[in-house]
Amino acid sequence: MKKIECIVRPHLLDAVKSALQDVGVVGMTVSEVKGFGRQKGHTETYRGSEYKVEFLPKVKIEVAIPDGLAEQAVEAVLKTAKTGKFGDGKVFITSLEEVVRIRTGERGEAAL
Amino acid sequence: MSLEWKERKPMTKTRRLFVSFGIGIVLMLGVSVLRSLHAQAPAAEPAGAPPEAPAEAPAAAAAEPKGPDPTGAVTGTAADVPVKDAANPTLVEVMDTVGHNKIAINIVWTLITGFLVMFMQAGFAMVETGFTRAKNAAHTMSMNFMVYPIGMLGYWICGFALQMGGVGGIASLGGTAPLNSEFTVTLFGKAFDLFGTKGFFLGGDVYDVGVFTLFLFQMVFMDTTVTIPTGAMAERWKWSSFLVYAFFMSMFVYPIFANWVWGGGWLSDLGANFGLGHGHVDFAGSSVVHMVGGVAALAGALALGPRLGKYTRDGKSVAIPGHHLPMAIVGTFILAFGWFGFNPGSTLAGGDLRIAVVATNTMLASAGGAVAAMVMMMVKFGKPDPSMMANGMLAGLVAITAPCAFVTAPSAVLIGVISGILVVFSVFFIDQTLKVDDPVGAISVHGVNGAWGVLSLGLLADGKYGDGWNGVPGAVTGLFYGDARQFLAQCIGTLTCFVWVFVSFYVFFKILDVVLGNRVSAETELSGLDMPEMGALAYPEFAPAAGSGGPFPDSASTAPGAVRVGALGVETP
Repeated sequence: MKKIECIVRPHLLDAVKSALQDVGVVGMTVSEVKGFGRQKGHTETYRGSEYKVEFLPKVKIEVAIPDGLAEQAVEAVLKTAKTGKFGDGKVFITSLEEVVRIRTGERGEAAL
Repeated sequence: MSLEWKERKPMTKTRRLFVSFGIGIVLMLGVSVLRSLHAQAPAAEPAGAPPEAPAEAPAAAAAEPKGPDPTGAVTGTAADVPVKDAANPTLVEVMDTVGHNKIAINIVWTLITGFLVMFMQAGFAMVETGFTRAKNAAHTMSMNFMVYPIGMLGYWICGFALQMGGVGGIASLGGTAPLNSEFTVTLFGKAFDLFGTKGFFLGGDVYDVGVFTLFLFQMVFMDTTVTIPTGAMAERWKWSSFLVYAFFMSMFVYPIFANWVWGGGWLSDLGANFGLGHGHVDFAGSSVVHMVGGVAALAGALALGPRLGKYTRDGKSVAIPGHHLPMAIVGTFILAFGWFGFNPGSTLAGGDLRIAVVATNTMLASAGGAVAAMVMMMVKFGKPDPSMMANGMLAGLVAITAPCAFVTAPSAVLIGVISGILVVFSVFFIDQTLKVDDPVGAISVHGVNGAWGVLSLGLLADGKYGDGWNGVPGAVTGLFYGDARQFLAQCIGTLTCFVWVFVSFYVFFKILDVVLGNRVSAETELSGLDMPEMGALAYPEFAPAAGSGGPFPDSASTAPGAVRVGALGVETP
């Protein structure tokens, strides 16, 4: 099993979600996050004074999937979340030791 | 035909309620329609008669009960004039009614415009809270709320008496006769009227409808002044210090200056005593209300020092954006609406039809101010900056407040445009050069443009209105229309306003700082004033943790090369 964490542009969330569903992902966790990478922040003015926006809003999607789906899922994210400019985000893939479904107590891939 | 009863679900309680309501309303409608049809049939003939018919026979009209009058054309006739003998009304009886109606129109007008001005408190609360941070929203809102009751009581105790106690008879309100006592000193052989001495607690022989109307109207004006500095001093002002301030402003500083201009005091006598035009003329309060508030805001903001994080160690100004621009914009609209009470109401007479010019000039200047400020920002920064557009509209309104009754429409737009440009430069100058931290721009909007307003009157008054103003015959005329002395009177008024208010409040805040302390602790300020000062968060559901405040909790730390350096030499990591 793998856990895939993608940081993407907020307005592309819907497209990424649909693409992941098409691949066969059946559930996900989404959170609104802030951060910076190569896009860095930008400077704005308010009433004539400057201020720097250093942390830009992004969306983090977390999915847990069977090993066999991992590559397809990453492909799906790359296809939908890419604009080609700084700030498109990243995908983190980690191995998942165990999953437990709280309702039934099922474990492993049966719990995904 | 066979009737089959189907098994139906029993109606729920709510449904039964709705159904019976519905039947009831339909029944009532039906009955009233039938009755009106019945009533109309015999009334059809008189409706066709010419409307002047009842005037021919007042006695007959008085005797017969009047039928319904759907068009309103025959409501209000000679029958409504109280006379002893309906067949032989005397001229005096008729004149009495005319006079009563004239004063009634004026009093109703003054009261209703006063109600509009009262609502401006809501506008101020929204503008100031919108331009400040979420972590201080309950505190900022509360200051704007409590100025209303506190200011009102202070004004009732002695403010009104000091301001209006010697104004004499205000003819448009039926002659406020009891207000007849002014404290006066004699200098250079001339009488200098300093403050009134009648009407404390609105008690005794000032129990008079004209005086009460005047009290209500003047009270809401005074409250506008009290609420102006709360914006410039927001996000760091100790609640206890604020309470003392509100009483001091409403009881002494405002009423004294208002007496000098509106209560028959020495500035209004500059014309009669020294031949300076009509004396200091301020129609609705560019100086009396707005400049007093703006200058007090300057003294207060200086006394408090800038918010923590407002300036970097090398003195660079850091932006601290407000948390709710939509709220500030709605507040601006409420203020612009309330201004239709502020300026036109200042005729104290609904029968003075100059109100049409006053109201139109008021809105034209607000447009000039908003557009000019927006264009300025677009030229300078490429984007319009909503907070500055709002400031621009308010600047135009403040500036036109003094001259609104005395200038032409093009002059009104010009005054507005200049105020919009002025407010932008003034905000930059005060923020970046003087380094006085004014979160909402109150000093620029009210102080600077209040001064511009009274001076613009001295330049642009067109000599059409104000015959007999402050006891000087002839209309009020500005420098560009030939009366340089009027401009001089305006300059003296402006200077006096600045000196009186600034010195009073600077000394007041210095003393208060020793006695009570004006500013909250650095810890309170960083965590937001809501919980430590007010005991309640404005937005408890949205505050992630104590100390994190609004969406820009620590803009200082994100500014290029910034360290938190505040007033009082406090430095926090």
